[in-house]
Amino acid sequence: MNPKPQPAPGPNRAAVARAILQRVISPESTTWNSILVVLLAFVTALVVSAGFVIASEPTVFAAPDPITALSNAGAVVVNAYGALLAGAVGNPSSIAAAFNSGSASGVAQAFYPLSETLVAACPLIFTGLAVALGFRAGLFNIGGEGQVIAGGLAAGYVGFSVHGLPGIVELPLALVAGFVGGGLWGFVPGLLKARTGAHEVISTIMLNYVAIYLTYYFLNTAWFQRPGRTDPISRVVDAGAMLPSLAGVNLRVHAGVIIAVLAAIAVYFLLWRTVFGFEFRAVGSNPAAARAAGINVGRVVVLAMTLAGGLAGLAGASLILGTQFSLTPGFSSGLGFDGITVALLGRGNPAGVVAAALLFGGLRAGSIQMQASTSTPVDLVQVIEALVILFVAAPAVIRAIYRLRTAPVSAAPAVSPGWGA
Amino acid sequence: MSVAMITVGARMAVSRRRTLGVFFLIVAAAMAGLFGNNVSDGVNAHFVFNLQTSSAVHIPDLVVPVRATAFALAAVCAFLGAVQIARGFERWAYVVLGLVIALFIFAFLGWAARSSSLSLVGMLQGTLIRATPLTLGAFSGLLCERAGVINVAIEGQMLVGAFSAALVASATSNATLGILVGMLSGGLIAVILAVFAIRFQVDQVVVGIVLDLFCLGLTGFLYDRLMVPYQATLNSAAPLAPIPIPVLSSIPIVGPILFDQNVFVYLTVVLLVVIQVALFHTRWGLRVRAIGEMPRAADTAGLNVLRTRYVNVILGGLVAGLAGSFFTLGAVGQFTKDMTSGRGFIALAAMIAGHWTPLGSLGAALLFGFADALQNFLSILNVPISSYFLLMAPYLATLLVVAGVVGRARPPAADGKPYVKQ
Amino acid sequence: MGGREVNVPAAASTRSSATDSVRLDLKGITKSFPGVLANDHIDLTVEPGEIHVLLGENGAGKTTLMNILYGLYQPDEGEILVNGAPVKFHSPSDAIGAGIGMVHQHFMLIPVFTVAENVMLGSEMTRWFGFLDHRRARLEVQRLGQEFGLAVNPDALVESLSVGAQQRVEIVKALYRQAGVLILDEPTAVLTPSETEELLTVMQSLKRAGRSIVFITHKLGDAMQVADRITVLRGGRVVGATVPARSSEAELATMMVGHAIRLGVERPPAQPAAVVLSVKELTVRDDRGQLAVDNVSFEVRAGEIVTIAGVQGNGQTELVRALMGLDQVAAGRITVGGRDLTSASPRQTLDAGVGHVPEDRIKDGLIADFSIAENLALDVYYLPPYARGPILNPIEMLHNAEVRIPEFDIRTPSALTSAGSLSGGNQQRVVVAREFSRPVSLMIAAQPTRGLDVGSIEYIHERIVQLRDRGAAVLIVSSDLDEVLGLGDRIAVMYRGRMEGPFESEELTRDQIGLLMAGAAAAPDPASDGQAGRKP
Repeated sequence: MNPKPQPAPGPNRAAVARAILQRVISPESTTWNSILVVLLAFVTALVVSAGFVIASEPTVFAAPDPITALSNAGAVVVNAYGALLAGAVGNPSSIAAAFNSGSASGVAQAFYPLSETLVAACPLIFTGLAVALGFRAGLFNIGGEGQVIAGGLAAGYVGFSVHGLPGIVELPLALVAGFVGGGLWGFVPGLLKARTGAHEVISTIMLNYVAIYLTYYFLNTAWFQRPGRTDPISRVVDAGAMLPSLAGVNLRVHAGVIIAVLAAIAVYFLLWRTVFGFEFRAVGSNPAAARAAGINVGRVVVLAMTLAGGLAGLAGASLILGTQFSLTPGFSSGLGFDGITVALLGRGNPAGVVAAALLFGGLRAGSIQMQASTSTPVDLVQVIEALVILFVAAPAVIRAIYRLRTAPVSAAPAVSPGWGA
Repeated sequence: MSVAMITVGARMAVSRRRTLGVFFLIVAAAMAGLFGNNVSDGVNAHFVFNLQTSSAVHIPDLVVPVRATAFALAAVCAFLGAVQIARGFERWAYVVLGLVIALFIFAFLGWAARSSSLSLVGMLQGTLIRATPLTLGAFSGLLCERAGVINVAIEGQMLVGAFSAALVASATSNATLGILVGMLSGGLIAVILAVFAIRFQVDQVVVGIVLDLFCLGLTGFLYDRLMVPYQATLNSAAPLAPIPIPVLSSIPIVGPILFDQNVFVYLTVVLLVVIQVALFHTRWGLRVRAIGEMPRAADTAGLNVLRTRYVNVILGGLVAGLAGSFFTLGAVGQFTKDMTSGRGFIALAAMIAGHWTPLGSLGAALLFGFADALQNFLSILNVPISSYFLLMAPYLATLLVVAGVVGRARPPAADGKPYVKQ
Repeated sequence: MGGREVNVPAAASTRSSATDSVRLDLKGITKSFPGVLANDHIDLTVEPGEIHVLLGENGAGKTTLMNILYGLYQPDEGEILVNGAPVKFHSPSDAIGAGIGMVHQHFMLIPVFTVAENVMLGSEMTRWFGFLDHRRARLEVQRLGQEFGLAVNPDALVESLSVGAQQRVEIVKALYRQAGVLILDEPTAVLTPSETEELLTVMQSLKRAGRSIVFITHKLGDAMQVADRITVLRGGRVVGATVPARSSEAELATMMVGHAIRLGVERPPAQPAAVVLSVKELTVRDDRGQLAVDNVSFEVRAGEIVTIAGVQGNGQTELVRALMGLDQVAAGRITVGGRDLTSASPRQTLDAGVGHVPEDRIKDGLIADFSIAENLALDVYYLPPYARGPILNPIEMLHNAEVRIPEFDIRTPSALTSAGSLSGGNQQRVVVAREFSRPVSLMIAAQPTRGLDVGSIEYIHERIVQLRDRGAAVLIVSSDLDEVLGLGDRIAVMYRGRMEGPFESEELTRDQIGLLMAGAAAAPDPASDGQAGRKP
């Protein structure tokens, strides 16, 4: 066979850039389809969840006639979702009014929902990244809960044990402690998986419960417990270790959000621009071929779980150092599992994770308001989230419901099937 | 091809044998060091064999010198460990492992009960009760996985089963109806799992976890909306009373444990026999296992792969719903949020440790059930272990088991892989 | 549905009751998949009691046609007639009921079940309540085995059987369901020459019993030897029908491929130099602790090709994996270019200048989700220019791909396409492009042309010879005798983990290799003058 003539030297960056741009903005492109599917999944989930709200509302069933029943049903849903929205982003008219009135505290009050959304989104970004990083390496990291707790415990301990050092030193020290604590909680299942084949789903969930009980244990010991208290609550974090607030006294949003976004950028860079990330993705896609190509699969697994755990640990650290300032049992409150929904919604991409975290953060912040003003339990938000994921995970369902004729979208990232045997 | 197989597949059987032997030695050392060392001579433990309630024959208490027993049993385990390292017990390895674990537990109990008495019967009874939902959950898992579908939604199916059983039994004062509805709700969740896993071929572990979150949220939501305000009508079901089997329940030791239990335990035994026999000796079982091992071969032999998978997943959901009903109607009667607390995952671990067989799952579930029941009956004794560590016990035990001390078991070959009919 | 069907199923009423024989007519069968017309108005007739060979290269549409006949696919157009009556097969059970049995290329056997369980799956022998009747099943399996000369042990676990034995089980499976027509899809691809002879004998005894056989193959020699009639498929259509008496291998080959092809590889004589690979007393155990490679020793020198012949499952896979550091070595030494690589990791082995074209390109050779560019850099992504320290340079990967894709004639819309969407031939070209573009002193290729179209096979053989002539040592493992003989300067044979040879290729006849592959410990007879026996 005659060798073909060599192509012109020099990489054809322009062509590559054009190809990538083409992929993103064309209507048939995967990204466009993804966003459309997510939006529709969200709407469908809201509708189905509204069904649960209506079904458990006594005024609907006690109504004398169908018209009243329907209007009661409608009222309940509108109230609940209205409060949800108000709690998440606030009320445009009250924001405008606050600006007009000119009082600083009024403005702060108007932005309270947005601030709360960011506060809720910050740890979600971290745990979402933790799960997404795991996915990329072919691991299902359900241990976010335990990793968050381990990170929070470590960060909190450093936070209230170290005194007198300047904030520049104390805060990073506490954050690093959080990363290390969570990293340890990810390292163990990673090592077990690499050495023994123990499936990480079970080992991480077991460690979650171990972490919960460890919290109780530590909070009853002298090291941790606040002097003078008999209930399980820790000492207060030193002021130097607290994450600085971003918007003044009345709003809770803190620098953790910025660190979270930086972490997302770092994860993106890691996955697609480093040698390490290449190995991660290779192992996540096809461990056999990765090994045949010389990649040390066991080492990648351990490192991936450790890094993922560290990210989740930062979530715990941001909670303790940014909003709670002391340790109490259950401070992680389901963050680990929320991270899974965020990662699934964000399709395992750092950018998607940030967007999904903002969405779910808004839902969480709004749910507090929703429960306060309409006594709709906050658990509804969990139902909504799970439904969104279900619908997103099977785009065919959405396509069938809405008779979309767009190109099929790849489903949620598939982690290694089977129990690893 | 999974990550685990790549990393572990290159290891030899030899090192696994040695690891098991070293494990035996560590256990022996722990026994001697923890249970023998700190106890002074002359301290005895009383093991009580009779329940106060009923017994036709009175069996004398077993009085055990704690220190001597601990050392003696430790020596036995050390010997077994040495043999395992040198030669290995091959087919008997699992039996020996069970023996070592049993000896460790016995020595531990002796230490825990030093200078006081411990009701062995009560302990066994507690173990059985805790093991029942785990066994049922494991059965659910294996009905699905033997056909090739992974079901990690057991936790969620249990929760909805517990919730709806309590709700219906309380509202209608009919426990049987409650159990039926509990099973059906588990089945309903299983339908969702089946559709997403089989028809849309979404990753089965992902769907399972999402369904768990869904059920957690839904039961929590409905609990707050319905059960809290209407506690009296909707959440005050009475737990089922035990039904003693005449004659058999009067047998000393064994009688009260096995033959004086509530209907859930009896159902578990029935299911154990039925599933074990059906799976390995009937045509149905052969077909199910074929579909779980190599669906393409089953397809070309004329079997309907997808329909069988649907049926098995739904059956699994029904059994998981039954397991869930146990948490309320079989135990406390009232529903509380997240009352399953991870037991669905422990059930999965029991299934894996039991090598995807009903009998094996029961054995593993008993072990986990024992760990689960520790906190209860050890709090009566003055054991200097923080109760929090005791609460961790079932989870740590599961972790150890899953980490492969028990050895690498082979799941059905097509487990977790959607079948694509071309 | 209890017990075993004693009544003749409805569809079988179309069968001739006298001899259980079946006449098949396929008229105008057309089937297309997205992007490819697999079957294009195919007509085919199978007479009762004949051996009808369906000849064609990989991708010609033979398997698709047979899958339609077996009820796995539905044809877009056309009809099937059994004994003159039109039938529609919606699933394999319909085809089975009409008397059609199929032995697939990749066995449809469940490894952890016994032979009897596999045979009866789907039409089980049962007692009351659906309990399996193992005794009756065992007896039936033995009876069928004796009647047709297929020795099988009903209680053996399938995973413990040799490939030839597994094939016999597949045939018994079809006969158990009273198949009047047996479709055999590429059965001889996995057999030793002596096993092939046994199979052909079995086929003759089936024919005498009035059954018909459709024998799918791409091997011209087997077709000529055994066929009553031959139909040739190319590109989804029938391009010729003939009988062996009126044709020749060359003519069949031309019909199969569409143009005249060389029937062998052009290989100038080797100029071997220093020893590159030295294997001494290598022993490897499989994951059940059994001996997979048993005390194997051989050498490969620079500038020569050593081919290892042998049926799959005799230790070749484990040998290659041990050489590449993917599996542990129990005893022995592996040296490459003077360096001891016995306990080297895969990365160390690759770094030492060893190239590897794996046996299973999808599992071990490529990452389907990665782009072609990334796959082309799979071995070297961490080295400059693809990486500077820990930072990756994807643009360089793209640049490299833009050179390699035309060089190796990889058909793809772009370098960013995922490797999983390529055809088999193009996927293998990617693997070959990657390995052959690295500076290697030793190239190990396992089954390099399995399942590929003729064009890709030719191309890869050429590149291998080129590599040898540039001074590399080349080791090829292949179960394709033609490839072994065509490429090997020296030839070795593996059987049950032991290796015979390597012998100089002139010393060895095709028959002798066949005997060695079947385990006869015959060393080549130096007195043979090289003219006896078939040679390529």
